[in-house]
Amino acid sequence: MSWLNQIVQGILLGGYYALLACGLSFMFGVMRIINLAHGSLAVVAAYGVLTLADRYELNPFVALALVMPGMALLGWVLQRLMLERSARAGELVPILATFGLAVVLDNTLFSVFGADSRSLAPSIDTLAYDGVELAGFTIGHLSVLTFALSVVLLGGLHLVLAHTAIGRQIRSVADDPATAQLVGVNATAVNAMASAIAMMTVAVAGTFLAMRAAVDPYAGAPQLIFAFEAVMIGGAGSLWGTLAGGIALGVAQSLGAQIHSQGFLIAGHVLFLLVLLGRLLLAGRPLKLALTRSR
Amino acid sequence: MTVTANHLQTGDLNVGGAALLPANGRVVERWTALSKVSVTMLVLAQVALALAPMTLSDGMVDRLTVLFIYGILALMWNALAGYAGLVSVGHQAFFGLGAYGAVRLADAGVSPYPALLLAAACVALLSVPISAFMLRLKGGEFAIGMWVVAALCHLLVNLDTLIQGETGTSLIALQRYDAGSRRLITYWLALATMVGLAWCVFGLLRSRVGSALQAIRDSEEAAASIGVRVLPTKRLIFVLSAFGCAAAGALWLATSVTFQPKTYFSVQWTAYMLFMVLVGGIGTYEGPILGAVVFFSIETLFGAAGVTYLIGLGVTAVVFALVLPRGIWGAVERKLGLQLLPVGYRLRNRDTSS
Repeated sequence: MSWLNQIVQGILLGGYYALLACGLSFMFGVMRIINLAHGSLAVVAAYGVLTLADRYELNPFVALALVMPGMALLGWVLQRLMLERSARAGELVPILATFGLAVVLDNTLFSVFGADSRSLAPSIDTLAYDGVELAGFTIGHLSVLTFALSVVLLGGLHLVLAHTAIGRQIRSVADDPATAQLVGVNATAVNAMASAIAMMTVAVAGTFLAMRAAVDPYAGAPQLIFAFEAVMIGGAGSLWGTLAGGIALGVAQSLGAQIHSQGFLIAGHVLFLLVLLGRLLLAGRPLKLALTRSR
Repeated sequence: MTVTANHLQTGDLNVGGAALLPANGRVVERWTALSKVSVTMLVLAQVALALAPMTLSDGMVDRLTVLFIYGILALMWNALAGYAGLVSVGHQAFFGLGAYGAVRLADAGVSPYPALLLAAACVALLSVPISAFMLRLKGGEFAIGMWVVAALCHLLVNLDTLIQGETGTSLIALQRYDAGSRRLITYWLALATMVGLAWCVFGLLRSRVGSALQAIRDSEEAAASIGVRVLPTKRLIFVLSAFGCAAAGALWLATSVTFQPKTYFSVQWTAYMLFMVLVGGIGTYEGPILGAVVFFSIETLFGAAGVTYLIGLGVTAVVFALVLPRGIWGAVERKLGLQLLPVGYRLRNRDTSS
């Protein structure tokens, strides 16, 4: 029973990872950039919500609604000032620049807010611990909400990409920016928009991180690793692959924790490496991983 | 007029090392008068550094040892990122494993100083299977994939009861030497490792491997199409960098004696490497050495400022990435056509004798 329970909890945890990975997956899919500041930006958003919730006694969801436009603006600025410029200088430069940004963000949070870890749990009353009994499992309200939200967000992004004008523009720029511009798509604006959308999902992920656990200024790095693992394990070219990857990661971690007290993180990393190994054996040749599409 | 060509492809040019005869009345040369002078100066400087402890204070000897370790890290990270085009944010894995290996070997009865180098060799061996996974990844995927490897190594080392989790342990075996000789041996070992690795990279870059590496960095597909063996070449550099970083970690252990996994497997080491290489000049031979000196000076001056100092490092790295992606030395090289250490080829018009 406890094993089954671990699997159920792992699936629910996977919902959070999918939520977290959604923005990373989206930005990589559109701009071919892996943003190494992804986790740190989620933590920045979390601190934004925490500050609003503490200082003005706002409901965290209201605070999130206020933080989201700010993060969207940040995403737009980030794309225009940093990512676009560094991508022009070579494919390695965005990695260097976003890593530098992560160092700046983490340490700035530390110098402003100090080392203490903080949580939104006290501001959401019973949502933090309430749950329902279902067939003998305890299902936390917050976990269900997180999972549902990740499905809605991924589905929403999928619908936007597949059926709207901006979605078509984003896909055309992702496929071939030069040709997209020839037929009148403003690639610069489209990329900035995509970055803004990604940062809004990052704001949601950061807020849910602070609700389900505590955050500290250096919490960004593990979040980046989790998001990256979910994207890579999911493997498929679609956003739904990210959801599957998140769930696989969550289940592996939760089973790992059942096996050994240190097993939670180890199991996640091992699953990531096993998936890589599996693809290596299956393909033999250089892998088509995650969102790398053949050009 | 002198043209610097970083990578005239084909190995034929390597034959003599001296000037060959291409068409158009031009001469390919590797050694210039300036580079001969600077290599001589470099050798003299290395000899001077080896003799320096006789005149320096203990504190200076300790600080220079730290500088040499930074130099090793910068050299290795630049060989990987600047020449093989592989940006890793997980090389702290090898740094930590090097120190851990030394602790383990010393516990098994190996004399502590040989244990340092033996540990680095073991880590280099371990990096071969790791490279089989990781070198299939490209760009950002490789970067974070290495970070996962570092996180996993950290967790697994914590499981070892000898280490006692995050509490850590010490290289007690070092206490059989008195403080004075420990300081000197560590200094010489760090200097020898840095100098050895620097000449090793120098030799590699001047060989066929050097041309192959730069071709891979510029375009992997194009390099493969003209017969460069991409994967073995990348693996060579990957394993070399693992060895160097592990040696740096083991040497760091020799200077600080205590081993706390959290410190050694910290991503901070990557931040330092990235800073040194970016500021000094990524993909230039002289750049990382300059970067290590710059970083060392900044740390000596501002290290006490703690978190503000780290923010400053990050901001500087971002500014360099955006404004001066080839670093200080890259800019100097382009402006002045200056190359102190002859790792590339230069085309010179035959009439302008020098």
